[in-house]
Amino acid sequence: MRRVVITGQGAINALGHTATETCTAMREGRQGIGQLEFRDVSRLSIQIGGQVRGHDASSLFSRQQLSLYDPNTQFALIAAAEAMQQSGLQVSDELAPRAGVIMGNSGGGLQTIDENYRTVYEEGKNRVHPFVIPRLMNSAAASHISMTYGLKGPTFTVSTACASSNHAMGQAFETILLGNADVMLTGGSESMLVFGGIKAWEGLRVMSKDACRPFSKNRNGMVQGEGAAVFVFEEYEHARARGAEILAEVVGFAMTSDASDIVMPSREGAARAMQGALRSASANADEVGYINAHGTGTAANDRSECAAVREVFGDHADNLMISATKSMHGHLIGGTGAVELLACIMALREGVIAPTIGYEDPDPDCDLDVVPNEARDADVSLVMTNAFAFGGLNAVLALRRI
Amino acid sequence: MSDDVTEKMRAIIAEQAVLDPSEVSMDATLDDLGIDSLGLVEAVFAIEEEFDVQVPFNANDPADSQFDISNVQSMVNAVKQLVAAKPD
Repeated sequence: MRRVVITGQGAINALGHTATETCTAMREGRQGIGQLEFRDVSRLSIQIGGQVRGHDASSLFSRQQLSLYDPNTQFALIAAAEAMQQSGLQVSDELAPRAGVIMGNSGGGLQTIDENYRTVYEEGKNRVHPFVIPRLMNSAAASHISMTYGLKGPTFTVSTACASSNHAMGQAFETILLGNADVMLTGGSESMLVFGGIKAWEGLRVMSKDACRPFSKNRNGMVQGEGAAVFVFEEYEHARARGAEILAEVVGFAMTSDASDIVMPSREGAARAMQGALRSASANADEVGYINAHGTGTAANDRSECAAVREVFGDHADNLMISATKSMHGHLIGGTGAVELLACIMALREGVIAPTIGYEDPDPDCDLDVVPNEARDADVSLVMTNAFAFGGLNAVLALRRI
Repeated sequence: MSDDVTEKMRAIIAEQAVLDPSEVSMDATLDDLGIDSLGLVEAVFAIEEEFDVQVPFNANDPADSQFDISNVQSMVNAVKQLVAAKPD
């Protein structure tokens, strides 16, 4: 039986420009959400988000590269570079066809779309830059990672709204398990913090104007984020043979569909996904010490997710910890599960549970240990990470300490 | 009792309920009319477009919004207040 381990991690988001900075911020319970800054932000009723600050693209990429890289691709490449460096992986001719990329993403190159719609609709111009299409396609980030590192195996992008990253990482896990690759770069990226992106979300009226407060009685909606996280998933013997440092083992993955409503979550679909991940990991429910929640800060998600956890874990629900790091980095939509996996790995490796910050009032519908406001030291050996997307598409991964 | 705002509101609500405006009674609730959360958000959008107002409505917790959605009459009343409060 093949096993899959993680040998590298990289990230950029509102909490930092590296995975290391992100984990430090999570440990400190730092707030990454603040006033949005971009063109026409004054015309938005939602003014806050988890925006990447101090990102100087021109210092990292050439002018030629930037003509092809939407911020979505830039974020993915920055995260991939850190993950590849940490893994110490050398892509030989022999490995190249056995190595691929599966990324999660929802909005594609939304900034490119936004800018070019302005050009043709608002400014009335009739000509756009020739690379608009290769910049905006959802699969651009996966392709550029593949090209940058010469990874010639299975490569594609998964788009399942807020569950994209978890579905992507689950596919990467299974691709290695099935023997179709030995190394997969996987995770997700998103760059929706642009006028058109936020304006579209405003329409749905589920966004908070002041803060993301998952599980808190006074929560009033979600807050968007942006960025990426990328991991090196590797077959266990392959990693051992080259003496790689192993961060954690991926032991379970399951996906379900609610088949009920395009926006309202279902307790039942979420519970089946968690149960499936436990089965896939050949684990008992009482082994799980920490769950990184989907925890969006909407009334409906948090209530439904907590009920699902109670259903799956029974009495053990009162022993485990569950936190929502979206309270710090915001909701990265198609990239969110990847950034949240960092918290899972930190829990296993460093024994630090990232907190749910902004927690103010207990909610009887969310009466679990949500690790309010401050990180906690804890010894956990099995963790899970939830993603329950619009459209009722659920994906849950389980990781074990190694 | 019928007036311009009321008639426009019945038309907006009827559209979401897939009914004829004459079938929308003033004491009907959203449940009675078979309008779900997405239908409600669409109705709020239509109201804002029709009357050029901002409806204080949060889909995250509709019951907690300042916009009273108890029934058709309560929504009509709320919209009338919003229209009256519009700056000239």
